[in-house]
Amino acid sequence: MSHRARQLRVSALARVEGEGALNVVLHEGAVERAELRIYEPPRFFEALLRGRAYTEPPDITARICGICPVAYQLSACLAIEDACGVAVSTEVEALRRLLYCGEWISSHALHVYLLHAPDFLGYPDAIAMAAEHRDTLERGLALKKAGNALLAAIGGRAIHPVNVRVGGFYQAPTRATLAPVAEQLRSALDTALATVDWVASFEFPDLELDHDLLAVHAESQYAITRGRLRSSSGLDFPVAEFPDHVVEHQVPHSTALHAELDGHRYLTGPLARYTLNFEQLSPIARQAATAAGLGSSCRNPFRSIVVRAVELVYAVDEALRLLSEYEPFQPAHHPVPPRAGIGHGVTEAPRGVLYHRYGIGTDGLVTTATIVPPTSQNQAAVEADLRALVAANLALPDEQLTPLCERAIRNYDPCISCSAHFLDLTRTER
Amino acid sequence: MGTPSLAVWKFTSCDGCQLTLLDCEDELLALAGAVRIARFTEASSTVIQGPYDVSLVEGSVTTPEELTRIQRVREQSKILVTIGACATAGGIQALREFSDIAEYQSLVYASPQHVETLATSTPISAHVPVDYELRGCPIDRRQLLEVLTAFLAGRKPNLPDTSVCTECKRRGLTCVMVADGIPCLGPVTHTGCGALCPAHNRGCFGCFGPMNQPNITALVDQLRACGLDERAIDRAFRTFNATAPEFRR
Ligand code: SF4
Ligand code: SF4
Ligand code: SF4
Repeated sequence: MSHRARQLRVSALARVEGEGALNVVLHEGAVERAELRIYEPPRFFEALLRGRAYTEPPDITARICGICPVAYQLSACLAIEDACGVAVSTEVEALRRLLYCGEWISSHALHVYLLHAPDFLGYPDAIAMAAEHRDTLERGLALKKAGNALLAAIGGRAIHPVNVRVGGFYQAPTRATLAPVAEQLRSALDTALATVDWVASFEFPDLELDHDLLAVHAESQYAITRGRLRSSSGLDFPVAEFPDHVVEHQVPHSTALHAELDGHRYLTGPLARYTLNFEQLSPIARQAATAAGLGSSCRNPFRSIVVRAVELVYAVDEALRLLSEYEPFQPAHHPVPPRAGIGHGVTEAPRGVLYHRYGIGTDGLVTTATIVPPTSQNQAAVEADLRALVAANLALPDEQLTPLCERAIRNYDPCISCSAHFLDLTRTER
Repeated sequence: MGTPSLAVWKFTSCDGCQLTLLDCEDELLALAGAVRIARFTEASSTVIQGPYDVSLVEGSVTTPEELTRIQRVREQSKILVTIGACATAGGIQALREFSDIAEYQSLVYASPQHVETLATSTPISAHVPVDYELRGCPIDRRQLLEVLTAFLAGRKPNLPDTSVCTECKRRGLTCVMVADGIPCLGPVTHTGCGALCPAHNRGCFGCFGPMNQPNITALVDQLRACGLDERAIDRAFRTFNATAPEFRR
């Protein structure tokens, strides 16, 4: 390689979900290409959903991602209920939100403690980190366990819960089932607050980005399962208009599609939620954020670990609130008779906006399915971050710049398994 | 003898089964003391070269690259354990084999630059000898711990291979099929989950795959009696273990 050309590569990104690689090409001191290459084999979910019963997408799409199955189940439920013209009861909505809090807690604790923190403390993984920070890691595992306990108490198990159905649940949990979880969550609240303190003390590389931000927004609460879409550029539209604004296209270096919002790149996930919905955080979460030195917006992707910790506080606090108000209810689901039509559903997965759309035929079978996961929406922003980061740190040798790039990707907690399932199939003769 | 080494491999999958290992919150640090986690990309940047004493393999084979990679994994592994329905039976992505959509019928490509994809999604055992197969979509955490403990102690894992019904009876659950006419695959599904679905007033949908010698014909009659038509019965068997020989229709 000539001294003018320089290439930074990581062939298998570690501590991310799924299979991805990093490729940055520089020429005469300028970034020529910055790519997050996704080579996760596509699983063709959208194609295999065609012809399935309208009741099946929640269980089937859960298998797109083992880290955020509830997000898939609930975006699917909302889209199908929308197509069938059914609104579920407030009890069902509250229990869904509670279940979803479990997934936020579990997923964020996993990312903060096991996947992301080792970057800031200079370890290859959490196990190595435990050699010197055992109590800290144990605290993180306890937090994750509390999230999983909540998922299991409501859903039957933490990964691919069995209790979610179109219209609600198969069974509403008893108070006795939930009582020990409430106990665990009360100590988890202290742990989450300690987590914010801990990550706020890390050192953050400088990087401020001007991506447009997109999140679900609701007036009355920090949006998870209900609301309209809002962007920092001033867009404000209902879920059904998602396809009018978000367009996906194929890029040559990836088995995932890239998404654009009204023609430009944008970001979804914790930074977007925090910045657009700061006012809706609970007082204790807002206080924790302020004490950690965050303003009412956060634009440095390296600080996303602090925002995730704040969202951990919020999710635990919100789960405790919902638990204190919970009464078992019957029937546990609303009847949802099939109706021909199209429905849209959006929820805030731990990694950001997750959109589902289904067409349902008169026979109750799925005619079309479209899924837009957070990681494909973020891919263009991740690549822009890589460019900016490399351009600002050209003086660093490869051995330092490459890991910094890898960290820039982990900032987004990319869920690559999610992102690579929705290619169109075109047959090429061999 | 030094500390045994453990490697975790991903093929075509959702990551849920390997996440089960990280979900062993109470055992993870003890486990990390008892074995050297030599390769686990989802959890660590460290990669220690093989050979490995125990390899856990998640996911099915759906690309030409995976066809060759599984051979290399086998060569480097003293004991190879498949984890979950994808690795053990082909997983949900094997549904491509049943589609009448023309695109599925031969080798398919997203576009020429992209990773090549096979028209099949096959279990690991279709390609290399497998020492133990863990069922489930996802696997059960306790079963994973039993398998790891057993192999590390040099013994065979001790896991039952009866049906979900046995589990239901052991827990004293009311049968949802008998009591409420809810279709249930429990009579033909491999035990291991603790009868989770019946415990939630739901019929089993077979995520642990077929039990040893299931009586499918008898169950199909029962499903018809519950009101399922032939297409619905096909769909019931065509989920996460659709290409397991006993479930294939
Ligand atoms: S078996 Fe199920 S949980 Fe396990 S990797 Fe496959 S899809 Fe995921
Ligand atoms: S509920 Fe299902 S698994 Fe349980 S006994 Fe009845 S048929 Fe068997
Ligand atoms: S009851 Fe059946 S479908 Fe439900 S978790 Fe167990 S094996 Fe899977």
